[in-house]
Amino acid sequence: MTSCQTQYLLMLLLSVGVSAVEVQRPRGVPLSKRQFYEEGKPFTCLDGSRTIPFDRVNDDYCDCKDGSDEPGTAACPNGSFHCTNAGFRPGFIPSSRINDGICDCCDTTDEYNSGAACQNTCRDLGRKERESLQKMAEITKEGFLLKQQLIQEAKRGLEEKKAKQADIQIGKKDLEARVEALRTVKETAEQPEKEAKERHLKAWEEQKAVIQMEKDKAKMAEVLSELDDDADGSVSVAELLSHSELDPDSDGSFTEAEAQGLLGGVDNVDSVAFESVWNNIKDKYASEANTETPAEVETTVEEVREPPSDNDSEQYPEEDIPEEEEEDDDEEDEEEDQEDGDYKQSPPPTQTPDKKEDDDEGTMPPFDQETQNLIDAAQKARDAFDEAERALREVDDQVKNLEKEISFDFGPNAEFAYLYSQCYELSTSEYIYRLCPFNRMSQKPKFGGSETNLGSWGHWSGPEDNIYSLMKYEHGTGCWQGPNRSTTIKLTCGKETVVISVSEPSRCEYLMEFISPAICQEPSSLDAALHGHEEL
Amino acid sequence: MAPVLVLWLAVFLSGTWAVDKGNFKTCDQSSFCKRQRALKPGESPYRALLETMELTNTRLTLQLINDNNKVRLLLELYRLQGNMTRVKINELKPLKPRYEVPDVLIREPPTEPLSLLSQDENGVVLSLGAESQRVILSARPFRLDIMEGRDVVMSLNSRGLLAFEHLRMRKDTSQADPEAEKKEEADPAAQPEAAKEEEKDEDGMWEETFKSHTDSKPNGPSAVSLDFSLPGVEHVYGIPEHADTLRLKTTENGDPYRLYNLDVFQYELYNPMALYGAVPVMLAHNAQRTTGVFWLNAAETWVDISSNTAGKTVFGKMLDYVQGSNETPQTDVRWISESGIIDVFIMLGPTPKDVFSQYASLTGTQAFPPLAAVGYHQCRWNYNDQEDVAAVDAGFDEHDIPYDYIWLDIEHTDGKRYFTWDPHKFATPKEMLQGLSDKKRKMVAIVDPHIKVDSNYKIHNEIRSRSFYIKNKDGGDYEGWCWPGSAGYPDFTRADMRDWWASMFAYNQYEGSMENLDTWNDMNEPSVFNGPEVTMHKDAMHGAWEHRDVHNIYGFYVQMATAEGLIQRSGGVERPFVLTRAFFAGSQRYGAVWTGDNAAEWEHLKISIPMCLSLGLVGISFCGADVGGFFKSPNTELLVRWYQTGAYQPFFRAHAHLDTPRREPWLFGPENTALIREAVRQRYTLLPYWYLQFYHAHRTGEPIMRPLWVEYPEDPATFALEDEFLIGRDLLVHPVTEEGARGVTAYLPGKDQVWFDVHTFQKHNGAQNLYIPVTMSSIPVFQRGGSIIPRKIRVRRSSSCMMQDPYTLYVALNLQRTAEGELYIDDGHTFNYEKEFIHRRLSFANNVLSSVNLAPEAQFSTGSWIERIVILGASKPSKVLLKTDDGQESQVEFDFDASMSVLTLRKPGMNAGADWNVMLQ
Repeated sequence: MTSCQTQYLLMLLLSVGVSAVEVQRPRGVPLSKRQFYEEGKPFTCLDGSRTIPFDRVNDDYCDCKDGSDEPGTAACPNGSFHCTNAGFRPGFIPSSRINDGICDCCDTTDEYNSGAACQNTCRDLGRKERESLQKMAEITKEGFLLKQQLIQEAKRGLEEKKAKQADIQIGKKDLEARVEALRTVKETAEQPEKEAKERHLKAWEEQKAVIQMEKDKAKMAEVLSELDDDADGSVSVAELLSHSELDPDSDGSFTEAEAQGLLGGVDNVDSVAFESVWNNIKDKYASEANTETPAEVETTVEEVREPPSDNDSEQYPEEDIPEEEEEDDDEEDEEEDQEDGDYKQSPPPTQTPDKKEDDDEGTMPPFDQETQNLIDAAQKARDAFDEAERALREVDDQVKNLEKEISFDFGPNAEFAYLYSQCYELSTSEYIYRLCPFNRMSQKPKFGGSETNLGSWGHWSGPEDNIYSLMKYEHGTGCWQGPNRSTTIKLTCGKETVVISVSEPSRCEYLMEFISPAICQEPSSLDAALHGHEEL
Repeated sequence: MAPVLVLWLAVFLSGTWAVDKGNFKTCDQSSFCKRQRALKPGESPYRALLETMELTNTRLTLQLINDNNKVRLLLELYRLQGNMTRVKINELKPLKPRYEVPDVLIREPPTEPLSLLSQDENGVVLSLGAESQRVILSARPFRLDIMEGRDVVMSLNSRGLLAFEHLRMRKDTSQADPEAEKKEEADPAAQPEAAKEEEKDEDGMWEETFKSHTDSKPNGPSAVSLDFSLPGVEHVYGIPEHADTLRLKTTENGDPYRLYNLDVFQYELYNPMALYGAVPVMLAHNAQRTTGVFWLNAAETWVDISSNTAGKTVFGKMLDYVQGSNETPQTDVRWISESGIIDVFIMLGPTPKDVFSQYASLTGTQAFPPLAAVGYHQCRWNYNDQEDVAAVDAGFDEHDIPYDYIWLDIEHTDGKRYFTWDPHKFATPKEMLQGLSDKKRKMVAIVDPHIKVDSNYKIHNEIRSRSFYIKNKDGGDYEGWCWPGSAGYPDFTRADMRDWWASMFAYNQYEGSMENLDTWNDMNEPSVFNGPEVTMHKDAMHGAWEHRDVHNIYGFYVQMATAEGLIQRSGGVERPFVLTRAFFAGSQRYGAVWTGDNAAEWEHLKISIPMCLSLGLVGISFCGADVGGFFKSPNTELLVRWYQTGAYQPFFRAHAHLDTPRREPWLFGPENTALIREAVRQRYTLLPYWYLQFYHAHRTGEPIMRPLWVEYPEDPATFALEDEFLIGRDLLVHPVTEEGARGVTAYLPGKDQVWFDVHTFQKHNGAQNLYIPVTMSSIPVFQRGGSIIPRKIRVRRSSSCMMQDPYTLYVALNLQRTAEGELYIDDGHTFNYEKEFIHRRLSFANNVLSSVNLAPEAQFSTGSWIERIVILGASKPSKVLLKTDDGQESQVEFDFDASMSVLTLRKPGMNAGADWNVMLQ
């Protein structure tokens, strides 16, 4: 006997057995389509493409392009099979799941010829579903009540904020006027201050110049006597040659001609003529009393730094320490931060340390009393102005924050406003996740390590008919060779406001499940669904 | 962490995705390659000592002497059954034994008698048995020429590049070794006289440094090299694995092709760099003949190819022709290996299929996989946890896409300790596996050969206590850096180690494993992150042998031991499925390979074709590339095109890097989900044909995915085609691999042949370039006129759900109105197929389609039946009769589409295992 004959017999047997409790119709046909399958009458494919004898319905050969002639066999690649699932929800499965040895319909009707031992689980499933729907309905009911409160609170909050905003606006005007007044006072006081300071400074510069000149003269006399080996009161070419540092072209040989050149073309200069020579040589001249070479310039900061070591495992950047990969990203960020910090704090590398120790012309004398009085007065005016300006800035910030909060999309009735400036945490075995709604999402390792930004508030991102069901946080810390971290928050209805889970379904894309009353729907719609099922 | 940061930034900022070539040696940086390549063609210093010749019934031996240093070699020459010649050259008396590769040949190849035709002082002529084949052995200089009739088929050492670096004492230590001196005195023939030893030590002979790694080379230089000339040949193929064209290029202007199993991070395309696996087999082809050379050596190997026509343009060649230039085209090939001996199998064809069967007789055929492994594989680094696995599994059902295996990469383990499960993410693996099993699906989990050094890890402790680890040069356990951190590498070259490894797959050893869990061996080159060229130090020790000697065969042994483990755990009943990244000649016997860590780029999609074709030519049929590309993220078009291409390649697995966004087939919108679903469904409808091809590959060694020239060897237009290919003989596939393609041009081969578009049934003539307009849903596939292909068009959740489903036969008539095909059925998963199977010939001639038993001695019964017969290129019959073996006749209803000449027979209904005839009247 061929297998299709077997199936035909089986079908006959089964349909006889089943007909007592069910409305007679071909296997796999839903009640709603029963009228198209009329026993004994030619069947027209539901797409109208052709008409076939009725005995070709469910004969395990696909005749209709739309698969409608084989609702109860796997013959059509695009067919579907209807399970009644008494006690549970009826449903369709692709006809490829008929007799594949896997129980798909809870009423077992899909496995009528595969030998699979399926149990009818419809009543169980139905009961469980009803229980969970019941529970859901209770939660929704309470949640929805809470939501109404949240809406009221939000409304009140908004009004308060608007009132506050108005208050602040008035205060702000006063402040602005005050700032302007103080600015004038300050500017008036600063003009005389500036002039007095300049006078004082100029006097000091002149005094310094006199001192410097005298010092130079003394030095010249000293050098003259040092050079004047034969103590004849004049300096000769020979005497000059002993100071090779004076070699004008620094080529290592200090010739007589060069020395003569320095002496202005003569062989000998007296103390008066030396004055012009001195101007030529004073920068180079090294005292005989102090012949050590000047200390080497300090090694620069850069030179001390070691180049990064060449490591053979370089070609495995992301694989280096795979176990800790998750942390690696974080540490990388941390490192970056620290390095940035270092650059900011360390002074810029200087190569010319201040060596002018002998440059002690003394310090500037204190201001005279009159000048000092002007300075004190100006300072007082400045302080008063700064104070007022700071106060104005603070008020500005308040205004901005208020404006931002007022303009935020907190849902159709601002029911999500209560989440603003709150934070919620979830602790897992490795991390503490922290969600501050409308602000940011972050992750911190439990056992040390810095926080990683998993995204800042982006936008509501649910489907069109329910856009407040999902929140998107984006532009978090970047991933190596990957995107910036981002988080999707899935909101479900509940009595409390709490994070229930966080996962990372794809690298650096996080998913958080978050419960809040604010998302709860009006219970009536659910009731209908529940009762709809009970009718089965 | 600081150095890590620095190099991460360096990589990140440089913004390149290409391989860092500086991490891998060029020929110049590999001292033996540099030394050997410095030898230029000329007169060989080797001379055959004819007086030492010994000829027995099965082999010829004689000594060769190098006149420069007087070192003697021993040449062995065998005539092997099946039209092959084996040439072995070793040192006559090496200082210590040289490595000869074991375990690759399936048996000692049976020989045929050799006979002496003539001999004089210049050489000898031997008969190679039938087909007027002779070997001419010339004495001075030594060379071998294999002749058929008056044609030279192949010459060895014709360019004088035979080189054999004999083992020698290190000069600065030889005095200190009395043993060696004694030996020298006792046996003067063993060593050349000291006075004649003129060869100077060169750099790199006794030590070699690459980057920060030093190779101590205690045995000194030991390279071997030999040249082969192929007169009349312009096309050579094979020597995988390289990311290069199907037709091998000449190497005169760059590096030789390199064979050295390496874990190459982000490999580049179209160059001769070594990759994960090595099969030292080259095929040479012209319109008259196909031959092959199998160079059995597991050490680092380089292959130089030159050609006297390579530089010539088509015009130049025509000029030669017009001017009567009598220079025949010729390809010269030279093999260089770092150690071991010369052991060459010359496969003399003459047809491509002869070469496949010759090579199969040496190294075995493709393992016959379980049917499920021929289905679609869903992989990702990594599926995060059991819930993730369950969700992806459910996703396939929700979107009605079939699949057979879901894969777990390294993150599933407890801290990269293979054979374990992450206690949090995969706390109840058996529950997970049972869940898959309930859906008739399976799983593959990764087991890599590097073992975490951790005294709390059972596997490590056992390997250490049994001293199964590879040793470093100082005798301690070799340790390298890999996924788990510090890791040891079991010595898989040891049979006792492999036995122990296999025993670890027993259900009571590998906790959490079940019948539907198979295995993936990755990183088995072996990959050593901190080793030279990301692999093992060559002076590491495998017992008496250096890693240098065995490097290319390590991965082969890993897969061998793993496959053996899977067989043993089922008591020898179930066929194993093991995927490997590294491979060698003979790896086909143990499972599947893939082309490693490719990238989501169009060029990588394209190269998947020549890469798998090259593998198929050398016996490894079960080949695939990561669908979608491993590194980077494919755009939707590329992903869809890759599914469409992968659906028609032997190993069909999507895979993705940890850092890439998720890419399960349904994440790209309903339209693309539908396109991917359709590609995967086409694969599943063709499973009966695929399975039959695997059966053939297992029986014959012929490639499943094959270049067109294999079936059309006389048609030069096919010789370099690599954007289309055949599956078996009967399906020609030209996948769309160009971004934004509006059409493809497929070459349909065969004068007097016709091809049918499998989607539209439109008929096209052979021997033409056919332009095919394409849309996103197009996968240009053609069925050869004259073939019969069985399909199962009821695509279900997985292959095993379809076991009992009926067949539709697609009969494509040729111009003679005949067609032939086969039907193969077995249980799909056990070794019982050796006795229990159905194998039938389907043939159509004289308007009768009949099914004849090809294996009457075999036992198997099936519930599958024939639900439909579609005859392409048919004319309308007046009636159709079915005659079954009980003699009953019945009429079969039919449908005729005159516009396409397609005749569809409705529900003939006979059992697929029965004899029957269908007559068109």
